[in-house]
This record gives sequence, C-alpha cells and structure tokens, in this order.
Amino acid sequence: MKTRIFLLAVFVLAASILGGCGGEKKGRVSARSDVQEAALKSYVAPGDLDEYYIFKSGGHSGQVYVYGIPSMRHISTIPVFSPYPATGYGFDKESKEMLSGYTWGDAHHPSLSETDGDYDGRWLFISDNANNRMARIDLRDFKTKQILGPLPNVSGNHCSSFSTENTEYILAGSRFSIPLPKGSYEKIEDYATKYKGVVAGIAVDPKTGNMSLGWQVLMPPFNYDLGDAGKGPSKDWGFWTCYNSERAIGKLEVTSTQKDRDYVVAVNWKSAEKAIKDGKFRMIGGVKVIDPKQTEGVVYLLPAAKSPHGVDVSPDGKYIVASGKLQSITTVFNYEKMMTAIQKKDFTGNEDGIPVLSYDAVKDAEVNVGLGPLHTQFDDKGFAYTSLFVESAIAKWKLGTWEVVDKIPVAYNIGHLAAAEGDTKNPDGKYLISLNKLSHGRHLSVGPSQPESSQLIDIDGEKMSLVMDAFTEPEPHYAQIVKADKIKPIEVYPKEENKHSKAIWDQKDAKVVRNGKNVEVYMIAVRTSFTPTSFEVNKGDKVTVYLTNIEQTTDELHGLAINEYNINVVVDPGETKTIEFVADKPGVYPFYCTNFCSALHQEMQGYLLVKGGGSSIASQ
Amino acid sequence: MEKIIQKTTAFFETPVDLKSRAIILAAALMLLPTFFFPLWNMELYSNQFPEGLVLNIYSYKLEGEKSPNRDDLKEINSLNHYIGMRPLVEDDFTEFKWIPFVIGGVMLLALRVVVLGKMSKLVDLFVLFTYFGIFSLWSFYHKLYLYGHELDPMAAVKVPPFTPPMFGHSTMANFEVYSYPQVGSYFMALVPALFLVAMWLSRRAMLKDSKISS
Repeated sequence: MKTRIFLLAVFVLAASILGGCGGEKKGRVSARSDVQEAALKSYVAPGDLDEYYIFKSGGHSGQVYVYGIPSMRHISTIPVFSPYPATGYGFDKESKEMLSGYTWGDAHHPSLSETDGDYDGRWLFISDNANNRMARIDLRDFKTKQILGPLPNVSGNHCSSFSTENTEYILAGSRFSIPLPKGSYEKIEDYATKYKGVVAGIAVDPKTGNMSLGWQVLMPPFNYDLGDAGKGPSKDWGFWTCYNSERAIGKLEVTSTQKDRDYVVAVNWKSAEKAIKDGKFRMIGGVKVIDPKQTEGVVYLLPAAKSPHGVDVSPDGKYIVASGKLQSITTVFNYEKMMTAIQKKDFTGNEDGIPVLSYDAVKDAEVNVGLGPLHTQFDDKGFAYTSLFVESAIAKWKLGTWEVVDKIPVAYNIGHLAAAEGDTKNPDGKYLISLNKLSHGRHLSVGPSQPESSQLIDIDGEKMSLVMDAFTEPEPHYAQIVKADKIKPIEVYPKEENKHSKAIWDQKDAKVVRNGKNVEVYMIAVRTSFTPTSFEVNKGDKVTVYLTNIEQTTDELHGLAINEYNINVVVDPGETKTIEFVADKPGVYPFYCTNFCSALHQEMQGYLLVKGGGSSIASQ
Repeated sequence: MEKIIQKTTAFFETPVDLKSRAIILAAALMLLPTFFFPLWNMELYSNQFPEGLVLNIYSYKLEGEKSPNRDDLKEINSLNHYIGMRPLVEDDFTEFKWIPFVIGGVMLLALRVVVLGKMSKLVDLFVLFTYFGIFSLWSFYHKLYLYGHELDPMAAVKVPPFTPPMFGHSTMANFEVYSYPQVGSYFMALVPALFLVAMWLSRRAMLKDSKISS
C-alpha cells in the first residue's frame, strides 16, 4: 500500500512538472483536468480491479467492447455481429449458424436486462442497425448466445434495444421506412403513403432470455430514431423519437427539417399485448402487427422539438425527456399529464389514425440546455445530464426546477453519454462517460483513420470534472455502466455442463471416423498437444472436427488453425466446438494452436493430410 | 534382572483405571476426525499461481482444492507431465484402502481395552499404532520418492530425479513448495500420546494403592 501511494505521488509530481512546462495556450482551452485530482480518481493499481464494467457498442465493427471504470482500460471484446478470429467467433459451425451468412453488423444500442427497473447482470442485448437483428449476450460467460433476425418488417433497427422494467420486451423499430412486407415494391414517389415504419417489442423469455418476435405496431413512414422504456408509473409504456414527420424523401437534411416539431411515439405495450390476445392484428411478414387505424388506445404521438434524437425516462418514471437536436432545448413531458390528455382526448390532430396529443397539455418544461442536445442520463441526486453535440459539451440540470446548473466541455462532438446505472430506477451517480464522435488531436497520431474517444467525467461533486480520455474502436454509440459485483461470470465451462454430443474427455477416445465421403474427427486439445496429432482425408471429403478443450483451468485456451484453409477456432476450457470444411485442396497442411497456452505452445501442432495430389519431389 | 522382569510383569498386569479408560475412549474418538480432515497438505506457489495450488491428502483420498475455475489436482498433473511425472491418481495409492481400515481396527482395539481394562492390551495397541504411524509416514515418503524418481525418460523437460518435500519448504523449478501435516495428523499424533498418559495414570494409581495397602 505504501509503495502504491509513493509511486502515485511520484507520478503526480512528474505529471504536474510536465504540465507546468506546457506554457499557456491561446484561445479556448479544450477540456483539461486537474492532474493530481484526476490521477487519484482514475488510478487503479496493478492487480486491483475496477469498480464498474462499461459495455460499449462497437458500431459498424459489429462488436461490443468491455472496459473497466475508472481505469478506462479495455478488458475484452465480445464479438456479436462480425466474425472475430481472436476468439474464433464465426469460424465454427455453431457461431457461423448464428451469424447466418452476414459478415458484419452495425451494433448500436446495448441494453442490460433488468429486474424491477435495475440491472440484474444476466444478459446484454444489442441492436443491429444494418441487418435488422437483435443479439443477446449471456453475461455468465460473456458470449453471444442468440441473434434474432433479420427482423421481419423492421428496417434499420436503430431505435433499439431498450429493455422494459422486467425485460418483458426489448424495443425495436424502423429507422428507414420501406414498403411492407420486405421484398415488395412501391415507387419512391409514393413514399408518404405506401411506405411504412414499425415499432416493435421483442419478447424475452424471463428464464432463458430467449428472444422471439413479439408484437409490432404499423407506423407512418417517419424515421424512428431512439427509444426508452417507461419505469415505475410509466412502466407499461415504450417511447420512441422520430424525425422526418414530413414524410420526405431525397436529401433529408433539407426535406425532413422543415417542420418545427416531430414526435415522440408512446406505445402502451400492455394494450398491445391485449390487442394481440384479442386477435386485433394483421400477419405481416410472419409477425403479428397492430394497425392503429383499426385498434385504438395502443399508440399516441407527443409533439417534440424539431428532429428529436434521444428520448429518456427519468428514474422515477414521471418525466419523458426528448432532445431536439436542431433546437437548443430539451423537452420534458409529464407522464401524468400525458395520461390526463389521453383520457380527455386532448388531441390536436392525427397521423394515419394515431392521435397527436396537445403539446401544451403534456409538456412540463423546455430546458434551455445548449446547442444540439441529443441524449440524457440521470444521477442519484435528481440531476439530469444532456449531451450537446454541436456545442461539444454536457449540461447538468435539475429535474423539477429545470435549471441548468453546470456545463463541461468535451473533446469532441459528444453523441451518447452513459452514467453509472444512469438509465435505471436507481442510478449510482459518481461516473459519467462522454462518448465522443471525434477525437482529433487528443491521442498519438495514427493517420487518417482515427479512433473515437470516451471521456471519464466525475459527477460526484457539484461541478462535473474531467478525469480521463480513452479511445475506442469505431464506434461507441450507447453504453451501459454496471457495478462490477452485479456480474458473476464463470471462467471455465464445467465438464458436466458440456452438452455437445460429440465431446470427448479422454485422449484414448480421440478418433477419426470415415463414412463414405464424410470424415468425423474427434479431437482433444490440452497442454500441449492435439490428439490425434494428424489425420488423413481424401480430396473432396467433407470433414467435421469436434474439438474439445479438456482443460478445467482458467485462461487455458487453445486455438486450432489450419493453414491455408482459412480456419481458426478457439476453444475455452471445457468447451467443444464443431469445425466443418471441405478438403478441396490436396496436400499436407499444418495445423497449430493459435492461442498461446504454455511453454510448449509452439510444439502444439499437427498435420492435415489431403490425398489426391501428386507425389512430392522426394518420391519422383 | 529378575527384579526388572518382575516389575515389567507387574506393569503389564496393572489394571487400567476408570480415568485412563476414559482417556483411551477419548483417544479412540480422536481417530474419527481422520475421516473428515486432511492428514497432509502441499501448497505450490509461483508467479502464475500467487494464491497457490493446493493438494490435500486424506486417509482415504487425494484431493486438489477445487474452485469453479480450477481443479488444483488436475492442474498439478498438467504441470507435472512436462517433467514426465506420473499423474497423481487415487488408484495409485493402496494406502487409501488400508489406512482407513487400520484406523477402524485401532478404534475397535481401543474400545476393547476400555472394556477389558488390560494394560498388556493397551501396550500392544500403543506399539501397533506407533508402528502403523511410522510405516504410513515411510510409505508416504516412499511414494513421493517414486513419483520424483520414476520420471518418463521421454519427458519434454528433463530434470534430475528428486523427492518432493514431505515436511517444510523447498523450491522446485518456478514453484515454492510447502508441505505440512494437517489437522487429521495432529489428531492421529494425539492418540499414542493419550495412550501413554493412560498408562502413566494407571501406574500412578496402582502405586498409590499399593502404598496405602502396605
């Protein structure tokens, strides 16, 4: 402990001397922090553990990145929508089937499963904006377990994946309206009338986490952008923002920004469930879809400031906060007022049969947060934090008094922000991460392709203070921050849990079984050999390798790469994976362990012999 | 000489008094924990295993410390295979079959002394148990010797034959090894000590009696 304090003191001293040598900069100083204070707040000594996990979406990399807070150290990458040779994801039969031929996805918004509005540490859901899928990661082993989709009718699954209070549903929807069902054609000129959007609830099995299609609501051809589920009093509702209520096509930056207000969509999912139960739905694309023209009481529209982006429900569930990115205000709707307006039918019009509630009747406040407000998170002291993209800042404001009390510059152009458990019923406060779109100049230069930046901000005190910069792969959209002790992962797959029918645990059982042109190889990987060490097939054989890592020790992973056959599978301790390929190239191909395992890792190798080529120079 | 023989015979004929019988009963019960607690324990520490690999030896089984993330016995065997050491498997130890049997026998014989109250039987038992104890220790040491000496000549890493430490600390390759008796052995060591106490008490009681009567 003493050495740690001493080292820290030396570090702080060195840092302050270096800092002092920098000289004064002209112009506006961009986001700096008090070095001593920041160092103390973010220093996690070697061997010590972080206080929080943060799960960041990896955007068009298709993955999820796991970091620790406050150290901001990248700990792990969870492959989701894209193959990832580092863990062998997308190379074995099981994960290939899950990816169903797609080689990438646009991982957008992660959402942790909840029990009574708090993270329960069971699953992480994440949406795919590109190929309209939804994935579930099991936090027991940090592995992607299910990919549902492409979801029928959902086109550009951006306004997703937000969990209801007990993870009954995960929200989904269309960012890009299209003619429905998928595969049908309508002229682009008929966009306003013949193109359709949907908002949806993906049903989640409370025991297994297994996702199924749930329900959808047919919507006008707006662009459904973000969402959040209600909490407490508003727990039966899902909310989505939309832009382009102009129903415009072409260059949307002009055509969709003509009206002063767009909408927040409010769907009562209990009513949606009831409508489905009562048979009030149409089957479209194989999903039960509710048409608001025919079924009242399921969906309403709340007018919101121009082109709103984020919609976030306050921890007490009383306020629905929508940020109009093209105005300098964040609109706060009052849930009770919304319910009164619905009861009194205080409508100012309708869109394709969906009632539009009177703005004045449902709005509680317009908070003057600053330029380009996007998203809002909450702390444990009744404050809200709104990201300001255009201003490159975060505004802190008080719920109830609607007063902006603090602002901090960020570097640069913040998109989402994530506070510690900041979208639950019981936020922790303490830490806030600013997920910035641009990082230019704040890291060692790596050429034109630049990383995104994440900044750790301390929100414990009255004033926010910047603690640390970290950089991430493209592109962190939303993130979830959860107290470390809520997640209890295993590090070894217990042998008795291995249900793979072809798993073997004794090297004596390793074998090669030939059945016509099908060759099955039962293989074991253990420090430091493969058994069998080589196997022979004929050109054109269909080869299936069942590879079991019989280790039962943490961190003893083994990889199996077959040279020039484009195969690399990694098996964790106690895991069995299936590798399928056609031996279409004759010759002798080495295979070896890719995941460094022990002192004799280099020796962990063997040969795949594919007969059917000519004889070698030695035999000629 | 005759006097010594007389004295010895007299000692063998000393009745085991009530207090001593209670102590012998207690000694018999002391053997019960050997069925629940390890007799010996080996701990191996290295940079990779700062929390140590732990091996517990019971009278009837061999067990590595188990956590959801590791089985230490399996891990020790995985590491030992590099130097060509045979895997430690229970079937290799006949001790696990006869030690519990002998302990059970000793318990029964102790109860016999409690009932019959014969000093000669107690002395028999003491000698038998001490012999059993020393033989077990030798047997254990011999096993360690064999494991460390019958190394596979084809092993990847060649090390000179060695005997893993039975008592105390030593350094083996990158491991710091600590080997010490455990609770079960302490209880076992108490048994002959209690037998001695019982003998001494009974003799003292007899001497007192003979003084009074003379």
